[in-house]
Amino acid sequence: MSVNSTILSLPEEELVHPGNRACAGCGLSILYRIGLKALGRNTILVVPPSCLTVLQGLYPIAATQLPCLNVTFASTGAAATGVIGALKALGKTDITVAAWAGDGGTADIGIQSLSGACERGENFIFICYDNEAYMNTGVQRSGTTPQGVITTTTPIRGKLQPKKDVPAIMAAHNLNYVATGTAAYPLDFYDKIMKAKTITGPKYFHLQTPCPAGWGFDPRYSVKIGRLAVESGLFDLYEIEHGEFRLTGASLKLLGKKRQPVAAYFESQSRFRALTEEMIADIQKQVDEKWAGYEQKMAKKMKE
Amino acid sequence: MHIIESGNVAAASGVKLARAQVIAAYPITPQTPLTEKLSEFVDAGEMQAEYIPVESEHSALAVCIAASSTGARAFTATSANGLLYMVEQVHWAAGARLPIVMCVVNRGIGAPWTVWNDHQDSISQRDAGWIQLYACDHQQIIDTVIQAFLLAETVSIPVMVCYDGYLLSHTYMPFDVPDPDKVDEFLPAFKPAYALDPKQPANLNTVTLPDIRPDVRGNLAPGYMEIRHNLHVDLRRAIDKVAEIDARFQKIFNRGGHPFIEPYCCEDADFIAVCLGSLSYQLRDVVDELREEGLKAGVAGLRLYRPFPEQAMVELLAKAKGVVVFEKALSYGNQGALFTDIKAALYPGPARPFVKNFILGLGGREIKTADLLKTFREACTQGPASIDTPQWIGLKL
Ligand SMILES: Cc1ncc(C[n+]2csc(CCOP(=O)(O)OP(=O)(O)O)c2C)c(N)n1
Ligand code: SF4
Ligand SMILES: [Mg+2]
Repeated sequence: MSVNSTILSLPEEELVHPGNRACAGCGLSILYRIGLKALGRNTILVVPPSCLTVLQGLYPIAATQLPCLNVTFASTGAAATGVIGALKALGKTDITVAAWAGDGGTADIGIQSLSGACERGENFIFICYDNEAYMNTGVQRSGTTPQGVITTTTPIRGKLQPKKDVPAIMAAHNLNYVATGTAAYPLDFYDKIMKAKTITGPKYFHLQTPCPAGWGFDPRYSVKIGRLAVESGLFDLYEIEHGEFRLTGASLKLLGKKRQPVAAYFESQSRFRALTEEMIADIQKQVDEKWAGYEQKMAKKMKE
Repeated sequence: MHIIESGNVAAASGVKLARAQVIAAYPITPQTPLTEKLSEFVDAGEMQAEYIPVESEHSALAVCIAASSTGARAFTATSANGLLYMVEQVHWAAGARLPIVMCVVNRGIGAPWTVWNDHQDSISQRDAGWIQLYACDHQQIIDTVIQAFLLAETVSIPVMVCYDGYLLSHTYMPFDVPDPDKVDEFLPAFKPAYALDPKQPANLNTVTLPDIRPDVRGNLAPGYMEIRHNLHVDLRRAIDKVAEIDARFQKIFNRGGHPFIEPYCCEDADFIAVCLGSLSYQLRDVVDELREEGLKAGVAGLRLYRPFPEQAMVELLAKAKGVVVFEKALSYGNQGALFTDIKAALYPGPARPFVKNFILGLGGREIKTADLLKTFREACTQGPASIDTPQWIGLKL
């Protein structure tokens, strides 16, 4: 990463008003606040139905100071395309267009229009905040709900299928920039948005946003749980810039270090209560293999 | 300039003259040649527009909704299952009060698959809050497309321009392409009431509560019901605007004069056939024949289906003895939607003609003029009983 912001170097101006409608401890509201600071005022937002719609406020009161188009659930990528098309037609070329959607609005019902917009090479930033279920409708499973998680539609045995790897799907679109982020490390996200603003074409962000209401933990632990996801090697901070993968921030620092056991992360949230010792051991093995791959890649790079 | 071209090219030429700025499209028969033509105009540099080849019809209208919200004149076109695939967006565009124009090249709906003409697609969207205009020939297609943009932008309501698949879309007829300078005079550049703008931020289509609610300054803002009521009131007001725009068009281009209903031999008619689209022109031959037989028949082609022009309809029909409604669509389990609308319009009047309903031409079933003649003649001569169950023409059971 070229820039390295500190909490003191962020713009002071708040574009999200305090007292919005998100739950206490909402990971989304942390990153929305920081993300809008990075996007800046000269931005048009596109938002499908999700917890973010509610965070934004109820008519006629809005929680943000940016122009925002609320759109239908499946249409986010296409709606962003429409904004971009109109701005082009009107000769307004300096405005950033940013779509901000939940995991359902991105990975499930919204994937068609997102894929279409990326294939067409639309110049915009698509930000998926992944709280790993349909939260706005009351915690139903989504394509990005991890295996074993209890939701209201996987109520007893937990979700049977593994999580869909959306950043990999988006990277397969040959985007110039794909990045992950987490509410536990907002500055990493801030810097990545600042970088994305300098890159043309579609940019995709996948953010992990801990959700006390849906994940079953005390709101005061949102950041702690987000960190545990990174420190256990379950959720990784990285960016893929022009096809080149690199770990960033806290995940980069984890290379060569001892990681937290994944069991610690699972114990911190009631949604994982259906996981058996065996499943946890299996997941630990998968995470260890993934990280062995990272270490190998790093060692090879060092040699070069 | 007169040219001989297809109905789809007539529509595309109208869109070009109207200087649409953002065009989104997805292929579906029989609409496809219309948007292919537009991509050709844009690619050749004959038209300054963003042409966006989307990945679905839902996205096509999403693009138009967002482009219109950002202040650009937006156009799309579709048929049948394409229209149904975008239904969520159809209703959204009306609720968001966006002056989008969309051509619906009428085709039957699957299942089973059909690509041929009927009106079930657009009729199924009559309650969405859009204005629906129907064209009867190629000249009306190009003229109506141009008028539709002015109408949509005058009342901030989207407009569907509907015309028959194949019968009009793929047939070649001579028509006049209006002079571009005159079109510019008729249709000024789009000035949106509000457009997404970082300098004047607003949150559009926010969650809206059942009741009215004060803003941060204490001023009351409408609730969902007030917003929807306003849409209805403005749709009703659009009836007058349709007439005004037709008059303005007539003044500049010397065509028009029948903004709501196009009558043929209706002044002294005892029996009037009513229908949508090109069928009304086919029925003119039938009317001529019946007149020769001594029956005072007439035919009315409805141009404006939503908002429904009851007053014009009643004025036209009230003096007749009988009305025969021919429809290429059906409210399944009930009757033709236009039939229901016409009966409802006539109900409060002192003298009510009998009204009969015939369903025909579904999925492109050939409509034989001889069958129309027989049916219309019998409906008139058999007399006054209003039959609520629709009769079917051309059915081979
Ligand atoms: C077409 C359509 N289907 C279903 C819904 C209902 N719905 C609204 S928000 C939502 C869940 C959103 O989930 P996600 O995108 O993950 O965002 P989150 O609420 O978790 O923040 C659903 C299913 C809808 N608004 N539109
Ligand atoms: S349900 Fe979860 S994601 Fe939604 S507002 Fe509450 S904490 Fe945030
Ligand atoms: Mg979610």
